[in-house]
Amino acid sequence: MKATKTEELLGIENRLRKASVAVRMNALRMVHHAKLGHPGGDFSSADILVALYLSVMTIDPRNPVWPDRDRFVMSKGHCSAALYATLVAAGMLDESALRTYMDPLSSLNGHPDRNKVAGVEANTGPLGHGLPIATGCALAAKMRRAAWRTFVLTGDGELQEGSNWEAAMCAAQYKLDNLVLIVDRNRIQQGDFTESTINMNPLGDKWRAFGWHVIEVDGHSHGKLLHALDSEQSVRGKPTCIIANTIKGHGVSFMENNPAWHHGVPTDLQLAQALDELAKEAL
Amino acid sequence: MSVEAATGADVFDCRNAFVSALEEMAAADMRVCAVVNDSVSSTKLKGFRDKFPDRFVNVGIAEQNMVGVSAGLATGGMIPFCCGASCFLTARAMEQVKVDLAYAKNNVKLCGMSSGMAYGELGPTHHSIEDLAWTRVIPNLMVVVPVDPIETRAVMLWARDYIGPVFVRLSRMPVPVLLGDDFVFAPGKAVMLRGGDDIALLANGVLVVRALEAAEKLHERGIEARVLNMSSMAPMDREAVIAAARETRGIVTVEEASVYGGLGGAVAEIVADEHPALVRRLGVPGVFAPTGSAEFLLEHFGLTASGIERAAVELLHKAAMG
Repeated sequence: MKATKTEELLGIENRLRKASVAVRMNALRMVHHAKLGHPGGDFSSADILVALYLSVMTIDPRNPVWPDRDRFVMSKGHCSAALYATLVAAGMLDESALRTYMDPLSSLNGHPDRNKVAGVEANTGPLGHGLPIATGCALAAKMRRAAWRTFVLTGDGELQEGSNWEAAMCAAQYKLDNLVLIVDRNRIQQGDFTESTINMNPLGDKWRAFGWHVIEVDGHSHGKLLHALDSEQSVRGKPTCIIANTIKGHGVSFMENNPAWHHGVPTDLQLAQALDELAKEAL
Repeated sequence: MSVEAATGADVFDCRNAFVSALEEMAAADMRVCAVVNDSVSSTKLKGFRDKFPDRFVNVGIAEQNMVGVSAGLATGGMIPFCCGASCFLTARAMEQVKVDLAYAKNNVKLCGMSSGMAYGELGPTHHSIEDLAWTRVIPNLMVVVPVDPIETRAVMLWARDYIGPVFVRLSRMPVPVLLGDDFVFAPGKAVMLRGGDDIALLANGVLVVRALEAAEKLHERGIEARVLNMSSMAPMDREAVIAAARETRGIVTVEEASVYGGLGGAVAEIVADEHPALVRRLGVPGVFAPTGSAEFLLEHFGLTASGIERAAVELLHKAAMG
């Protein structure tokens, strides 16, 4: 019997939910192993990364440099653990590699290097670099009259870097409706909450004022992310900004919404408790 | 190439050779595109814009975005020539040059226009005398300072075919033709323009012609100077530098740039490592330039044929004193 569209979507969402839990578990194990990392942001962005790599993007895991692939730029390069774990879930990276995270001479640097890891499009780490690069990728598609789309994930604190707004104006000017920015709006940056540091609000209005089509979603709902990321949601002649409202440390009670977990490292006991909580989510 | 030809001949703005090569490459190769920061006229890219409007990107006055966009264009399979005044292109976008281009090995060609002190009276904000020191230390980045229109064209053609990031440092100061029509650029190779074993003059860009003129003046005094065109700043021709150190009594470096970290710095590093020799570095001596035209400033800092001649004679005196 053929599954209905709703049943099919539920099946996809269920698959993405399980994959996202696996990404979080792997990311936390990696941070625990390296005694270094950014697990709070790994966890707020995991659902977005999984939705992109496992469902939305047209990519060929066996040919990561296929010229007509969709491009993804991970502007918040410090959340490399989530990115690498997602590449594993997408079949682009061997799971055993994760155990070398930040080890001497590992290909899995603290911030991603596209020359070392297949599936990584840009070397990021310094903030405010991803959106200009993604704007260039989208421009290249227009120049080549190619159908591929470009996605870029930034943090919200990251938007304090002025280069983002240079690119925001440029992408609107060039009518890059093949460009989708996702803002991981977890409201926490390294030192404090974003609104106690440099107020980002009203964030949606800012992007609208810059000429972007803005969609706000629950960044932990795969269904809503899939809907927002669908090419049918884009508006002709405008780049799209998806403000994904997320929770830093999402999925682990003691990590959620706590600035200390921006670059916190779990103890053995905390890791066990976190993995236990996450395992229950996968059921 | 005789010095007479160099001094008496017509002079050319290398931007014309740059833009005609770029248009020719764009006509032949759909991947070639241009990215500018509003500086359409100072880069002389109006013609390119009219001929290839779909492959001309003006990001506005936004250099960080300009370099990032260029990295993205390369990621999308294009070959972007990213053009702007060298002072802004390098300083304002240094992190993008380091990370998005060099570290990521993106196939972007940076074209720094009106480098050195070409903007003269506009002052130190618009001078680009630090760019060689800044770019030379970045791994994976090729740094080239073409000497004349022939080399400018050759470097442009080479840059299109070379896969990886390149910084081409161009000037607006007119220079004579010094190289033959059949010249082919080879990175990491210095070109000897004049032989001589008494002293070596190592120069790049618009000052090479002045080094040749100085060599002629030295010849009249019975001093034979070797003149090398050091257009390839990174990689640098270590063998040619070591040979100059070994075979002559001293090296004078001449550049329209800070004496720290550029050509003079690179040469001093090589001879210190390989064959200690007397080196005199001519350039801007660690100061912000006073007000004045480009020509005035070159004279002010001794970057003239007679200034180079004087430095060479002083160096030879020093060598003779042991």
